[in-house]
Amino acid sequence: MLIESEILKMLRKSCLSFLLLACLGGSAYADWAFNFQPAVAPLADDALRIHNRFMVLVIALFVSTMAVMAYSLFYHRKDKGFKPAIFTGPTTPTLWVLSALPFIGLVFVDYVWVGVPAYYAAVTMENTQEGADLVLRVTASQWKWQYEYPAQGIKFVSSLSTPLTQIYQGAAKGDNYLLEVDNPLVLPVNKKIRILLLSSDVMHAWSVPAFGVKRAAVPGFLRETWVKIEKEGTYRGQCAQICGTNHAFMPIVVEAVSVERFAAWVAKKKAEQEALTTSAEKVWTKDELLQHGQGIYEKICISCHLPGGVGIPGVFPALADSKIVNSPYQDASGRLIKDGHLDRVLNGKQGTAMQAFKNTLSDVDIAAVVTYERNSFGNKTGDVLQPVLVRKLR
Amino acid sequence: MHQVLAPNSNRLIVKLVALVLGAFAFGCALVPFYTIICRVTGLNGKTEGVVSWAGGVTADLSRFVTVEFAGTTMQGLSWEFRPTTERITVHPGEITTTTFYARNPTNETLSGQAVPSVSPGWVAQYFKKIECFCFKQQQLQAGEERQMPLVFYVSPDLPVDVHEIALAYSFFPITKSR
Amino acid sequence: MTSATIVEPKDAHPGYPTGLRRWLVTTDHKDIGLLYMGFSAAMFFVAGMLALVFRAELAAPGVQFLQGSLYNQLVTLHGLAMVFAFIMPFATGLNNYLIPLMIGSPRTALPRLSKWGFWLLPLAVMVLLIPFFLQFFGVGDGASQASWTMDNTGLDMQSRLGVDFTIVAVYLFGISSIFGAFNVIVTVLTLRTPTMSLWSMPLFCWGWLVVAFLLLLVVPVLATAVGLLFADRHFGTHFFIASGGGDPILFQHLFWFFGHPEVYIVVLPAWAILPTILSAFSRKPIYGYKAQVYSYWAIAFLGSIVWGHHMLAQGLPLMENLYFMYATFSISVPTSVLIFCWIGTIWRGAMTFETPMLFALGAIVGMLIGGLSGVLIPDAGAYSQYHNTMYITGHFHYPFFGAAVLGMMATVYYYLPKMTGRMYNESLGRLHFWITAVSFNVTFLSMMMVGLAGMPRHVVDYAIKYADWNRVISVAAFVLGAAQLIFLYNVIQTIRGHGEKAADKPWEGAVGLEWTPSSPPPS
Repeated sequence: MLIESEILKMLRKSCLSFLLLACLGGSAYADWAFNFQPAVAPLADDALRIHNRFMVLVIALFVSTMAVMAYSLFYHRKDKGFKPAIFTGPTTPTLWVLSALPFIGLVFVDYVWVGVPAYYAAVTMENTQEGADLVLRVTASQWKWQYEYPAQGIKFVSSLSTPLTQIYQGAAKGDNYLLEVDNPLVLPVNKKIRILLLSSDVMHAWSVPAFGVKRAAVPGFLRETWVKIEKEGTYRGQCAQICGTNHAFMPIVVEAVSVERFAAWVAKKKAEQEALTTSAEKVWTKDELLQHGQGIYEKICISCHLPGGVGIPGVFPALADSKIVNSPYQDASGRLIKDGHLDRVLNGKQGTAMQAFKNTLSDVDIAAVVTYERNSFGNKTGDVLQPVLVRKLR
Repeated sequence: MHQVLAPNSNRLIVKLVALVLGAFAFGCALVPFYTIICRVTGLNGKTEGVVSWAGGVTADLSRFVTVEFAGTTMQGLSWEFRPTTERITVHPGEITTTTFYARNPTNETLSGQAVPSVSPGWVAQYFKKIECFCFKQQQLQAGEERQMPLVFYVSPDLPVDVHEIALAYSFFPITKSR
Repeated sequence: MTSATIVEPKDAHPGYPTGLRRWLVTTDHKDIGLLYMGFSAAMFFVAGMLALVFRAELAAPGVQFLQGSLYNQLVTLHGLAMVFAFIMPFATGLNNYLIPLMIGSPRTALPRLSKWGFWLLPLAVMVLLIPFFLQFFGVGDGASQASWTMDNTGLDMQSRLGVDFTIVAVYLFGISSIFGAFNVIVTVLTLRTPTMSLWSMPLFCWGWLVVAFLLLLVVPVLATAVGLLFADRHFGTHFFIASGGGDPILFQHLFWFFGHPEVYIVVLPAWAILPTILSAFSRKPIYGYKAQVYSYWAIAFLGSIVWGHHMLAQGLPLMENLYFMYATFSISVPTSVLIFCWIGTIWRGAMTFETPMLFALGAIVGMLIGGLSGVLIPDAGAYSQYHNTMYITGHFHYPFFGAAVLGMMATVYYYLPKMTGRMYNESLGRLHFWITAVSFNVTFLSMMMVGLAGMPRHVVDYAIKYADWNRVISVAAFVLGAAQLIFLYNVIQTIRGHGEKAADKPWEGAVGLEWTPSSPPPS
């Protein structure tokens, strides 16, 4: 019996020290955050302020309750010879008043201490109906964001740029692992930006903690929120609504810049878009398309259709030997064949994980990847799809 | 039940079964109830589906409202779809016409249903559509393109602190069979 | 099944079925209770293992062995199995076993219904798990990926098999719990010993009465929600699809109309047993009996009208957000009345610290942290920083594990001598408590921290800055899982007859009719 209890004691100690070690030992990254990310926008300021107000009192409540409990656990013990009382409720008017006090305090905390500032914060949060300097349309789809500046005529898609080797093959991870995108959103500081949210498939949520913004994108419904960034910098967020297989790989990166730099960026982005249009107009060679298409395939399509286009039977169709891939994509008069290869890539398939890539990829990208798929994995259609045609059919 | 229960417990069981059925009916009733609530208050931003032109509305020329348009096609609809005008500034009560552009680049006739949504949601009740392509399914022939009209006015009853509203259409594919 | 190993009652009356037949044909409330408890305890370990699999994946950044789709399925199954196959049936098992003893009745009112309720459970679990295994044979795309709340109806529509099987399983679980609820209500209302009024019955009976009524109210609404989802998937309706005039948010309203009261369905049985245990080991009567009963009803009522605080980031109108915020705050009052009464019960008692008492005290602390971390969440001003982050995950494990599971463990230790006739190993029990208490708090406090820092939930992989906390969470989760093996060992040893013989009333301060019959009670 004695030995047993010794062993138990040792076991307990080693378990606890193991835990302690896990907590403190070998901190490779040293990011022991225990509060919100620094706030750079009014909504985040409000949230942080209210959270801190609340948290202080919540911790005080916790500590005081625990203190009462601890006192009781220490003194009101049988082994200290304490004689148990028999009361079953407050016995005197004074005790009644005293025992009501915590609840009055609680009501005060809920409805006044927090309830009042929370009211103003909630009202501010919904104040989208006036004073916007810039409108941004965000369309969510599995698993990327499309950003559109209607007034500036800019539209692009932003998706994860972390290499797959870092995610799946244990390659050394960069500082912004999973929080980096190919086309970051660029926004001017100190301007009220109205954000209109749509979804083209399932529900998503656009969330940037430093802005205090988190809002669902509901399919078929328009949602909106707003942000006014107070400080230049790069801010990162993620999709905040489980939206399928790659929910973890749908980051948001916002570069907040001065108004002048924003204007310069707008000009540059427009020039880029025009260059893309020009490059779509030129006639590409088959090799150029194949090479570019392989890059696109390995960046996007590979996560479901897998290397070699083998797919997962019953889940993600194989592209190798696929009927759709090996059938024509346009009819004799040059129209898109519904449910053909190009239609699938451009418009997706309803009710599946196959998305409409026309919102995501440029004419060149789509022409290249379709050409690549039609001439790889044992598919030998010999087709060369020109970007000009994609533009016509998208 | 092989136990003999007291009669009062049999009555109790009947009551409990009724309670469960009542709760089930209540759950089912919540669905139309929600729809009605939304129609009355515009809770979820859905605009009224019917033509609503109450004659004699006078435009409130003293103020402006900016209406922002947006549009998206849903997964599976092989169309191009976008507003032709990004935003319009109107007086409340003023009848305005705008169009959305749609094109079917495929070799098949395809149908779609546009679902309108207004934000902020509660403003939906002030957004009145006289004519809208969303009132019925739209069919585009192979290769057809079309400017689809929207005729609307914003009710002058709109609270004065609302200066900006947004209207978005999500175009859903109508599939013959799933 | 662990319960199959439970020894035959020594003084079973002649003709009482033995062996396997006993478990199949029995209408004895104790046997039915043991069936429920044994099965759901097995499910506790299954669902816990699922969690450990994905915690292992999450121990370091990068996708090591679980792809996103499998990860989502495991998270979904862990949630569904823990809620529907473990916590709820375990509490049902406790009520089957204990309530008749507590109210001086030889049986429950509807034992056959209750037994049917039990046999639906293995079926439901099978239905739930089938698509998960089918995917390895190339059939379908696995279990549902939409998390246990299924509240992304667009995602539900994309699933091939998983969501259908989940819906059927939810129906089976739902019918099972409604059967159980019938049994409780009729038993408590009609089979009390003549001298026991409603106002003198044990709090556990009150708690379960409230839970049973809540079940009858909200489970049918869940059935409506998932039934309509099924119709959307297969019969071309558009209840939750915007194209035909539906609204995905409506599903969330219906789900959370069930989902929030569900929290109280899960924790109330444990809350209701705590004062009994605290009073026994403080050798002092329960403080504020009536206040607690009124609080149960208040919590059940308020809990049914505040569901929208789960949806404050979905873009509901301002007035709705404000209503749900202020309404939810009000629940903090009856909940803190309960905590106040628990502390009032031990205050100036003469405490000893046997394992049940340790777990009961642990459950108070768990509920305190769960409640205090939860009262922040409905705050519409800061909600956008909490919604769908790991903070939420950490928070809701406090009432679920910290209060409900610790409370049920306290109950098991407290009544194990009565159920088996043997004392469990006290030092193993204490060891189990201390490792559980520490590792549990490390696991879920760390989750809250990393959630406040911005880590979303339901993600298979995360940014480098969340790596430290996640390593801690994973290690602590494994310790927490391992500690439960001590529990399993201890309980099995006790059932097998190791340990001292237990007196009819093994606890000095215990009161109640359940201690009158022998240990174990005769069949």
